Amino acid sequence: MAARVSAPDGLQRALDLGLKAQEYALIVAQLEREPNGVELAMFSLLWSEHCAYKHSKLLLRTLPSEGPALVMGPGENAGAVDVGGGWAVAFKVESHNHPSAVEPFQGAATGVGGILRDIFAVGARPIAVLDSLRFGEPGSERTRYLLDRVVAGVGHYGNSIGVPTIGGEVYFEAPYEQNCLVNAMCVGLVRTERLIRSAAAGPGNLLVLFGASTGRDGIGGASVLASAELGEGDAAKRPSVQVGDPFAEKKLMECSLELLERDLLVALQDLGAAGITSAVPEMASKGGVGIDIDVSRVPLREADMEPFEIMVSESQERMVAVVEPSRLDDVLAVCAHWETGASVIGEVTTSGLIRVLDGDQVIGEIPVDVLVDGCPLYELSPSPPPPDLYAAPARTLDSNDPESILLALLSSPNIADRRSLFEQYDCVVQSRTVVRPGVGDAAVLRLPDGGAVAVAIDCNGRRVAADPYWGTVEAVLECASNLACVGAEPLGLTNCLNFANPEKPHIAFQLTESIRALGDACRTLEIPVVGGNVSLYNEGGGGPIYPTPVVGLLGALPDPARAGGLGFAGEGDAIALVGTGVPLLAGSELAKLRGEALPASLPPIDIAAVRATQIAVRDAVRSRAVSSAHDVAEGGLATALAECCLAGNLGCEVTVEDGHEQFGETVGLFIVSGPSSALRECFAQVRHQIIGSVGGADLRITAGGAQIDLALERLRAAHGALARLFD
Amino acid sequence: MKFGVIVFPGSCDDVDAQLACARVADVTPLWHADHDLQGVDAVVIPGGFSYGDYLRAGAIARFAPIMTEVIDFAAAGGHVMGICNGFQVCCEAGLLPGALLTNESLRFVCRQVSLDVVNAETAFTRALEPGRQLSIPVKHTTGRYYAPDAELDRLEAAGQVVLRYAPGHNPNGSLRDIAGVINEAGNVFGLMPHPEHAVEALTGSVDGLGLFASLRDSLTGVVV
Repeated sequence: MAARVSAPDGLQRALDLGLKAQEYALIVAQLEREPNGVELAMFSLLWSEHCAYKHSKLLLRTLPSEGPALVMGPGENAGAVDVGGGWAVAFKVESHNHPSAVEPFQGAATGVGGILRDIFAVGARPIAVLDSLRFGEPGSERTRYLLDRVVAGVGHYGNSIGVPTIGGEVYFEAPYEQNCLVNAMCVGLVRTERLIRSAAAGPGNLLVLFGASTGRDGIGGASVLASAELGEGDAAKRPSVQVGDPFAEKKLMECSLELLERDLLVALQDLGAAGITSAVPEMASKGGVGIDIDVSRVPLREADMEPFEIMVSESQERMVAVVEPSRLDDVLAVCAHWETGASVIGEVTTSGLIRVLDGDQVIGEIPVDVLVDGCPLYELSPSPPPPDLYAAPARTLDSNDPESILLALLSSPNIADRRSLFEQYDCVVQSRTVVRPGVGDAAVLRLPDGGAVAVAIDCNGRRVAADPYWGTVEAVLECASNLACVGAEPLGLTNCLNFANPEKPHIAFQLTESIRALGDACRTLEIPVVGGNVSLYNEGGGGPIYPTPVVGLLGALPDPARAGGLGFAGEGDAIALVGTGVPLLAGSELAKLRGEALPASLPPIDIAAVRATQIAVRDAVRSRAVSSAHDVAEGGLATALAECCLAGNLGCEVTVEDGHEQFGETVGLFIVSGPSSALRECFAQVRHQIIGSVGGADLRITAGGAQIDLALERLRAAHGALARLFD
Repeated sequence: MKFGVIVFPGSCDDVDAQLACARVADVTPLWHADHDLQGVDAVVIPGGFSYGDYLRAGAIARFAPIMTEVIDFAAAGGHVMGICNGFQVCCEAGLLPGALLTNESLRFVCRQVSLDVVNAETAFTRALEPGRQLSIPVKHTTGRYYAPDAELDRLEAAGQVVLRYAPGHNPNGSLRDIAGVINEAGNVFGLMPHPEHAVEALTGSVDGLGLFASLRDSLTGVVV
């Protein structure tokens, strides 16, 4: 029986820790007593939004999680798909938004560290990182500070640990000014039979904590930072942000992979948000067992830490494993080889309880099912947002001249060349990178057996804000289009749902519609959602962020040598515009530059028709009959043509048919270049037209009565606008 | 002919270096905590962050147990190639002249650059034609080569500047565009670019292979 720490003010303390009054009442009812201080600290974290997904779990259950390639689905540290040849690829995207808004360098760095651990916790070697970033407009000093430190933080961790950062995306929009978004995705490679789950098993087996020692950093991060809106006094929350040590993580990673390679572990779990408090009960819950933890056996950085601090510490670079007693010596020897600390801190039991001990004294005792599954799940009360939820963006473009418009679009922060960011990341380490950032629409990594995987991550939050359903469909299709352009077939999807406060009906509406769209799009594309992450309460003083369901899509292609590039490659090649989408200016980047308010909705999309086009483009790229492929996205056809020219250092001459809005946006339109006979053959079954040819050193577009005739050098100068942010 | 590639716990490009070496000869990893070079014919110190490099890049690694052996090996005329972090370690260990400072931009830079082969008569470059340009990636935060002016004059006069960044390609502010230097005896070579990431057309370039092939040819007595 747990020692009773008198808690007459239990309810008030629960409220202070972020629990609701009815949740506290439920805890008391289920325990049949008041929780003591240690127990309350544990409940406040495991029943937080960040750990319990209490406002999103009911919706997430509607997502498709089955598919022919799926080998590990939602619920584990990361999902995984079969990529052939006995190999599986694990992948997941996760947010570190609030820590990054408070302390951008360490927030971003530990975001990368956390997602890396999720991947090697399932036994996969991390082979790539991608990041998805959102900031306010770059005119603001805060934005430039956050951008600079976040990019440095991502690089600091990824570069130091020897995992390439092969892509990502960044958007600048005013609603992210106070509450930036930092999402990191990791991809790992593992022999399918070596995938490991996190369910604890085998009463009498030992719980081994290994990696860094435990300190006071990140106390209460999950409840303090991740589960409430940002506001005044955030600087005082800096102690809640963890500090990353990539060198410790590198050793931890190699150590974990060797332990798994030698089959020494029963189960493995990383320590992330809420530390031991989250990791251990979840392992017990999955395995249907109990676990005793002795906090006096946890190696500490500060000797006088309180038991509850040890239980909730978010010190980075730690893992916990379940080990059979007969294997303990071998486990400790591997840890010693990698100079990684390791201690037995507990044992698997049949009690069905999480018992927290401090030496001989029991200081907490909670049934696993109450702690892990007892948190109430909330139905949302969605209602459509008012039309003026988001202010119209500031007008920055007055001209109607097509050349001026194109140059403005190319230099717009959301479209400008990302090279100045990507160059701060190692994209080549591990010798797998076949298509580097900026070369193709998706990054491509070769696999050991001769095949390859492609990865894309995307979401245009402004369009999701305009229309949560169709904007989310567009995000999924945009990623699938990116994969098609390098010749890859999508196998599985991960997502990070970044939204504001779901207890507000209009945010609930965004979240509900977005998840419905995600499910519908994935079902039509026949891909499973293998897992993901939800980040709610993303609101600063300026109101809610744009709803941002970041989509990470992983696909496979049979031959890395046939991966497609986006740049024009052959003088004299014909250029085809492929697809059925009808581009519109409403909700476009140009509409933003003109200061137009968001439209009330986006046009519906025939998802199956887009899929058919994507398949045709993918097959054309794989056949090597075509020279380049690029999808039309932000900034429309004219911008996409300019990108093809700049990437290939070749001009083109194009005539756009009447009625095609050359700066308008949609999904499912592609620019493909190659011999005209090959283009006609490849796209015989889908809508396409030859719109011009590759050649020269200028971009020439005739659209309606207007002309664009710009030298590549002028385009390049405009496209390089982002570099100035890093001067 | 066998290469040994040092593996520190924070090495990142050790596997890549082994793959590159394996294209031209045999190769074995050499663990940082050991005192045994396992009879290798040449040592490669790879890129990465040896022990985290929180102090100064390479400053701790020079004291590694295996480095004692590498320093003895080099003193006896053994051939050592230090790539990126390996170059930093060689400078810290006194095996190479000069030092590597933080990039002028103060940022990490990963970029494919063009290099001019200044001296094609070293054991590490003899398979390359003089004046040839190589396309090889750099990726580092601490790669700005520095030595006092008089030392730079001496190095240039003695042919110890082996590789230079081609005009317009200096990514870090290195003095006199220096990308790679060799010691006076000609058996220790350090460079910031990563030739092990330029050994296959599929991943970008084959121009780095010549450095590994040169060393193999030098040690196996192949006459070019």
